[in-house]
Amino acid sequence: MAQRLRLSRRDFLKISALAGGGLLLGVHLPSSGRLAEAAGDAVFAPNVFLRIGTDGAIIVEVARSEMGQGVMTALPMLIAEELDVGLDQLSARFAPADTAYVNRLIGQQLTGGSTSVRDAWVVLREAGAVAREMLVATAAEQWGVPPGECRTERAQVIHGASGRRTGYGELAAAAASQPVPESVFLKDPEEWRLIGTRAPRLDVPEKVSGQARFGLDVRLPGMLFASVERCPVFGGRLLRVDDAKARAVSGVVDVVPVTAGIAVVAKDTWSAFQGRKALAVDWDFAGNETLDSAAIRRRFEARLAERGVPVREEGDAPKALSGAAKTVEAIYEAPFQAHACMEPMNATADVRADGCDVYVPTQAQTRTQQVAMTITGLPEERVRVHTTYLGGGFGRRGEADFVLDAVELSKHLGRPVQVVWTREDDIRHCFYRPATLNRLRGGIDAAGSPIAWEHQIVGPSILARVAPAAVKDGVDRTSVEGAANLPYAIPNIQVDYSLAGTQVPVGFWRSVGSSQNAWVTECFLDELAAAAGRDPFELRRALLEGSPRHLRVLELAADKAGWGKPLPAGRHRGIAVAESFAGFVAQVAEVSVGEDGQVRVHRVVCAVDVGPVINPDTVEAQMEGGIVFGLTATLKGAVTIEAGRVVQGNFHDFPLLRIDEMPLIEVHIARSDDPIGGVGEPGTPPIAPAVCNAVYAATGTPVRALPIALGPRKAGAEKAPAAQPMA
Amino acid sequence: MISLRINGETRRVEVDPETPLLWVLRDHLGLTGTKYGCGVALCGSCLVHLDGEPVNACVTPVGAVGGRTVTTIEGLAKDLSHPLQRAWIAEQVPQCGYCQPGQLMAAAALLAKIPQPTDSEIDQAMSRVLCRCGTYSRIRRAIHRAAVPETKEV
Repeated sequence: MAQRLRLSRRDFLKISALAGGGLLLGVHLPSSGRLAEAAGDAVFAPNVFLRIGTDGAIIVEVARSEMGQGVMTALPMLIAEELDVGLDQLSARFAPADTAYVNRLIGQQLTGGSTSVRDAWVVLREAGAVAREMLVATAAEQWGVPPGECRTERAQVIHGASGRRTGYGELAAAAASQPVPESVFLKDPEEWRLIGTRAPRLDVPEKVSGQARFGLDVRLPGMLFASVERCPVFGGRLLRVDDAKARAVSGVVDVVPVTAGIAVVAKDTWSAFQGRKALAVDWDFAGNETLDSAAIRRRFEARLAERGVPVREEGDAPKALSGAAKTVEAIYEAPFQAHACMEPMNATADVRADGCDVYVPTQAQTRTQQVAMTITGLPEERVRVHTTYLGGGFGRRGEADFVLDAVELSKHLGRPVQVVWTREDDIRHCFYRPATLNRLRGGIDAAGSPIAWEHQIVGPSILARVAPAAVKDGVDRTSVEGAANLPYAIPNIQVDYSLAGTQVPVGFWRSVGSSQNAWVTECFLDELAAAAGRDPFELRRALLEGSPRHLRVLELAADKAGWGKPLPAGRHRGIAVAESFAGFVAQVAEVSVGEDGQVRVHRVVCAVDVGPVINPDTVEAQMEGGIVFGLTATLKGAVTIEAGRVVQGNFHDFPLLRIDEMPLIEVHIARSDDPIGGVGEPGTPPIAPAVCNAVYAATGTPVRALPIALGPRKAGAEKAPAAQPMA
Repeated sequence: MISLRINGETRRVEVDPETPLLWVLRDHLGLTGTKYGCGVALCGSCLVHLDGEPVNACVTPVGAVGGRTVTTIEGLAKDLSHPLQRAWIAEQVPQCGYCQPGQLMAAAALLAKIPQPTDSEIDQAMSRVLCRCGTYSRIRRAIHRAAVPETKEV
């Protein structure tokens, strides 16, 4: 039987009557995120999670953005479980921007860092339980029976002995005047009827009928469409523009300078695009027009030549290296990456004297609201953020550059304006996954055990742009995650970081630092395994004895993949394991390498431990998605810089994985009583090293730069990995 | 004035005939189910049918449509009754969902030609539609599911 638990924050629960009758469960949420701490004050404001109308309508406010990760279903599942209603009996809608909806793990209303369910896991179940208890108390009073004799099922309170039953809607008005309980029962896991089931996603029907409203689908009366020409060179600015030809394009209404460049505003999107092509713009490139990828690499190399800031020091790695029986040294290089959400960036703003509405596919309601407040000068309560479905996010939609465009234009024109970025705008004006240069040195003792690990990471900092105060002693923690927390029991470890900024703007890209650090560290571990003559899985297993969750997924993946068992001719396996965002994932990739050097990934076996699982189908989907996202970066594209600008522009030169390149993916969810973890990001980090380690097994040459680019292979080139002698 | 036959209705629009069908659908006719993804026929988010053939609406000038029948995602079926829509729901295919109208239109054109496609036939027909969320395995399963006559389902 479940224990009666004190509410985790009973002080913040408020119940009130809905206008027009019904029950409204509000929760005041204090913010406890790092950014909020930095800001120095906690956030207290009313907030609504749940409305139950007298007509029985149950509405759950979803305060996180649905970008494909299933949050619009997962969060209502938490409330519905404890409220005892079916998912088919409620409707979910996206909450407005409100300080009360702050993600306590981040300190803003933001969907990112695979935090949504972790943040909501307790509080939304409590919200459901509180509402249920008050509904039961109301019914019991009306019937003159003890509440303990009542049960609930599918939005009804039932008194078994008398056979009486009443729907929540009929009880809602009276329930709103009940006192908020001090404590509630939360179900034991074995009592769950919804959590842990493959409940169908609430957003799927709309998404297969074409009715789902994304940002670009917003249509307002009198709305105009705009397209913004941005300076092609990073850091440049507009000098002058000749817009005569643009204004002559049919459908063009105006040409307006904005912070980001120069906007062409038209009656439809196509006319705005055409008008933009007719602009003649002079830019001041601010001296950045000579920047290219080679120059950035030289900058990184110079930083690599000097010691970085230590972020982890255990034992004495340099000394252990000098005394090692074998040493291995390698340079690993990861490129800039774009998010390339399928829905190009956009926002629609309607600025009036008395208020501003922003309709936007955003991960960041707080930032959106702040940007709009700054531009319009309107107070918070007059700036309403309407979150639409997001056609992909991956971190890109945590930015507000597209919001700035739209709000500036609507303010200037006094009409609703939808800003539409082209695909080229999206690829060339992204906030890229940082490029990094890494040096690794490893030492092995005479018995074949790794005894020394040195890793220096050089790269630009995301936090230096978005939260400079969060860069502590020259270290951006997002740049070293996945490296500083190396899980292996190696006695001498030194991890250093050298912040090396460039003019290329960088941002959060699905799984952030781990997206490349897991690749670097897990590939280098295979180099050490080769040098030691040890099996990569067995070496990991030996070094992970003190990391049970890593070990759990590593062994599960190896078992399900048949690690060590023979493969068809020409196929090779690679394994990798990583923790990110409190999710533990191991993957085994099966690849073949063609004569032309083409890498084909045939099968990926994925094992995941995220503690309790709300919806296994969503976990599987997120693993599949994380793997595909990582495979594109492993096999396909990269962002490179020439003449101060991004070379790539569309899917011909920034290709994405296609269905004919899709491996068979098997996801195995580990049974786990450990704390709940994220699922949106942890699927991505292991795939690049799993694939590269399989390629290493196939070719005997480690893959030290992404994306994988192998030349044609010599006949008989297939060989076992060999130790790389230290230079 | 250009006259179009879309989803069983006749619609008239006053636009430059060079305007791509995509923007006529989205900005002039309120049919926003067809998506913009690349503008140059590389991603397939904008797939519609012209007389049953899948075409990229982003590179199809509206003036070139002529008397052909245009079918968009909104016209695939009323009430989610198309076997592919049912299969998409059963397999829980969409994640962000943005590319799915294009995926469904490509799949519908495939099944109209090849009622029970092989994996390689699916690859060939579907590789023109990109999905950044990685729903490809489920798309493949859903097409196979829709291809099986429902009376044979257990």
